[in-house]
Amino acid sequence: MKRLAWILGSVAILGLLQWAATAFLLDGPVRQGPYYYQIIILAGVNIILAVSLNLTNGITGQFSIGHAGFFAVGAYVSASLTYYGGPALRHALAFLPAFAQNGALLVIALLASALATALAGLLVGIPSLRLRGDYLAIVTLGFGEIIRVLILNIDAVGGARGFVGIPKLSNFFWVYLLATMTVATVWNLSRSSYGRAFLAIRENEIAAQAMGVDVTRHKVTAFVISSMFAGMAGCLFGHYTMYLHTNSFTFVKSFEIIIMIAIGGLGSIEGAILGAVVLTVLPELFRGFEGYRIVIYSLALILIMIYRPQGLLGRASLLGRRGGGAVTSAVKGGR
Amino acid sequence: MLSLKGVSTRYGAIQALSDVSLEVAQGGIATLIGANGAGKSTTLRSIMGLAHPHSGDVLFEGKRLNRVPTHRIAALGISLVPEGRAVFANLTVAENLELGGYLQKDRNKLKRDMDHVYEVFPRLKERLAQMAGTLSGGEQQMLAIGRAIMARPRLLLLDEPSLGLAPLMVHVIFDAIARINAEGTTILLVEQNANLALHRSQHAYVLETGRIIMHGPSSVLAQDPRVKEAYLGE
Repeated sequence: MKRLAWILGSVAILGLLQWAATAFLLDGPVRQGPYYYQIIILAGVNIILAVSLNLTNGITGQFSIGHAGFFAVGAYVSASLTYYGGPALRHALAFLPAFAQNGALLVIALLASALATALAGLLVGIPSLRLRGDYLAIVTLGFGEIIRVLILNIDAVGGARGFVGIPKLSNFFWVYLLATMTVATVWNLSRSSYGRAFLAIRENEIAAQAMGVDVTRHKVTAFVISSMFAGMAGCLFGHYTMYLHTNSFTFVKSFEIIIMIAIGGLGSIEGAILGAVVLTVLPELFRGFEGYRIVIYSLALILIMIYRPQGLLGRASLLGRRGGGAVTSAVKGGR
Repeated sequence: MLSLKGVSTRYGAIQALSDVSLEVAQGGIATLIGANGAGKSTTLRSIMGLAHPHSGDVLFEGKRLNRVPTHRIAALGISLVPEGRAVFANLTVAENLELGGYLQKDRNKLKRDMDHVYEVFPRLKERLAQMAGTLSGGEQQMLAIGRAIMARPRLLLLDEPSLGLAPLMVHVIFDAIARINAEGTTILLVEQNANLALHRSQHAYVLETGRIIMHGPSSVLAQDPRVKEAYLGE
């Protein structure tokens, strides 16, 4: 009941904000409104990417550096679906009122991207997460590049020309609805007893195993969930920009997402959100220095590692301390 | 309850255990003493599935444990307190204990088990919201043991519980171990502090360069001239 109220409340608020954004930024009085609108959308996409990567890198402690690969898989799979299958799907959805058709089509595209990236996550995760150590970093790095080169050579999705003609289905409402879902999922997971095992793996794999935690299974689960959200972010991105090019999915993009969570604080959800917003807005403010972006990112990462290794927010949680653990507080306070 | 039959374990080309056989009887405290690098920890790792013997059998209540994954072995009723304690440093004391009871799905039982741990180690109750990494060495050892008994193990494997602790703290820890044993948990204790281990156990094995060279009732081994000379420093 409470959960339903939460969901309905979020949808209502996002709907209102969508209406306000359309009225003021897109059709309204604000100068350069559409430009701001786009930055807000990109920030939302980055929030999904950062918070989901944080589940693997920050909470479970497995270092993945190929998040952009999953972002690309989700974007291209869903775009192919709506580009080639769009007319047929629209025909099948004709029974719906006109305003709901776009939404339904987007939901189908989101599901397809989630499915495809979950599969890709399994394929990459199972062999590399069985081993202890940094294999995941190496494999995900390779995966990201392979995917990019593969797409570059598929003519049906535009290859080096880019994928043109993707229908515009996504908007502020959908991007932030998914961002909310991502945050809620990672938040609930990290506080459940199942999810506490992710933290245990990060802290000490051997001790976690000795407690009865199936380490491989948990690592793969975290990785697959994380990949799935990255894929859905890709779907929302492609259906907003209506154009995809492999240049948006290079190693630099993966690196950017890692910096977002490193700046905010590995393992902190609020930190990942903050990092995503900062790293979307700052490059816009400093457009003139675009060529130096990767140099600035590297410097920022080095400085943070030296002066504030726990990130800007660290492990501190804005939404209250964890204190004495879920069971203790649940049983004690009856909350 | 637990028996090792001719267990040999290698790390790459290095033979860590050769033909180790031992028996841990239900209800007692057995100990494995020996110098650094004798293979004591490897024996525990081989039991727990963290190292894989290339020959020989590890049997727990008649079930063969070789090649059973570690998390399944934990579910069978064996808990390990790893060397160096290995507490989850960035989690609170209470969260560490909850993780110890990871396989316990009944929240009320979990709560009761936590109260039991607080009874054995009252100090932990005062620290329950503190990050485990900020505890003193002795408190971390209490937490590591408390976390292990959260799983209600029938067999508890302890790897060097006295390591790096002040003498007073060592006694607190060993009294707690005696209590846990008296409450029905069988214990296999690995120790460098042979004197302490022989006084606190019923049966002892002496491990030297991966082989069992002597075993018998602890009280008898404590009087053995070779043991006295090599391990008790007399």
